Amino acid sequence: MSSPATELTRMAIYEQYHQISRWGDAFNNNDSPNTGSSTIVQVDVRLDNKAEYISSDQVEPSRSDQEANKPTDKIKRRLAQNREAARKSRLRKKAYVQQLESSRLKLAQLEQELERARQQGIYISSASDTGYFGLSGTVNSGITAFEMEYGHWVEEQNKQICELRSALQAHITDIELRILVESSLNHYCNLFRMKADAAKADVFYLFSGIWRTSAERFFHWIGGFRPSELLNVVMSQIEPLTDQQHLEVFNLRQSSQQAEDALSQGIDKLQQNLAQSVAADLSSGNYRAQMAAAVDKLEALEGFVNQADHLRQQTLQQMARILTTRQAARGLLALGEYFHRLRALSSLWAARPREPA
Amino acid sequence: MPMGSDPMERVVKLASESAIVIFSVSSCCMCHAVKRLFCGMGVNPTVYELDQDPRGKDMERALMRLLGNPQAVPVVFIGGKLIGSMDRVMASHINGTLVPLLKEAGALWL
Repeated sequence: MSSPATELTRMAIYEQYHQISRWGDAFNNNDSPNTGSSTIVQVDVRLDNKAEYISSDQVEPSRSDQEANKPTDKIKRRLAQNREAARKSRLRKKAYVQQLESSRLKLAQLEQELERARQQGIYISSASDTGYFGLSGTVNSGITAFEMEYGHWVEEQNKQICELRSALQAHITDIELRILVESSLNHYCNLFRMKADAAKADVFYLFSGIWRTSAERFFHWIGGFRPSELLNVVMSQIEPLTDQQHLEVFNLRQSSQQAEDALSQGIDKLQQNLAQSVAADLSSGNYRAQMAAAVDKLEALEGFVNQADHLRQQTLQQMARILTTRQAARGLLALGEYFHRLRALSSLWAARPREPA
Repeated sequence: MPMGSDPMERVVKLASESAIVIFSVSSCCMCHAVKRLFCGMGVNPTVYELDQDPRGKDMERALMRLLGNPQAVPVVFIGGKLIGSMDRVMASHINGTLVPLLKEAGALWL
């Protein structure tokens, strides 16, 4: 089958096949891998007809048959490869599109969270972002610094909890245990120092509890945990106590509760005063002077957050004084584990399956 | 009383006249808190509102110098002795030294 007419016809058929495989790619927006082949099948039929037509004109039988078969095999292989390539291309495209879709969803979620966080006054440290940064309208470097430091503080806290746990299980000496207890207490002192700086930068930030996780925030009291919460957690873990210790614990519970109540009443009074000051003359009056007076009143808030932290620290230290080293270690472990679990609870809560909106 | 008397002297004099004395300003919320603390303990302190005293301003300044603190009030005296501001009062209550002082001054009975 080597006459010029046959050659030309063969070439024409090759062209057709090339075209078909290109069309196959163009039709790859449907998932069926068979679309291409059905088109090819048609062509195959046509090829057979043509081959029959061609061979009927020929005189040389065997060589022409061989040559006729070779291109057919090649073509068939080529077609199969094209089909496979087209199928893979369609699958890749599908995967890519799915990825885009889920990224889009994730982006929307993140934007929502960011918006919520901005409304709650979280300070965002991105230098390129010059939009609205919460209540004050500017980036507060004191708060950004605190956020970073607090993140490190929590990490270090988790390490110390693990150390305490292994130390208590390993039966180390009291002296070694004392060192761990002291560093644990120091770590809390560091926290209160950081918070004092943050209070100067923005007391509302501390007071709101936005720097803590949601479950912790549920218990939030004047910028942090309640001293009574601390005592409840610790004291349930450190039996047995001597009679003397029982008495001292009782006194500590009572005095810290009284101090806690006093500060709470002070804050209530501050709220009252502030509301009166702001509402003094809503219709007219001297707006500037009134607002200035309200700002003055608000300054008292820093004092309360500082006193509350002071009370937390005093309570913690007195507790450590009453207890033996081993008891203090168990107490601090319990306290650390408690807050760790509250933080974990917040994550679990956030990740729980919900009804679609 | 003569107008020229030293405000610090007046403070000390008033402080020694009662078992517990609190120098306060009526609009101050921390003063309110310290008052509530003592009331919660069943104690009845003598309170001087410096904003309602004609010599109050001078006494405030004297207290500021005494404490080295721009926040003059609240200041607590027990048995005529200076205890200090809210943080000192709370610290001594937590570490158990406040109640004996109150008993000693006759402000608190068992």
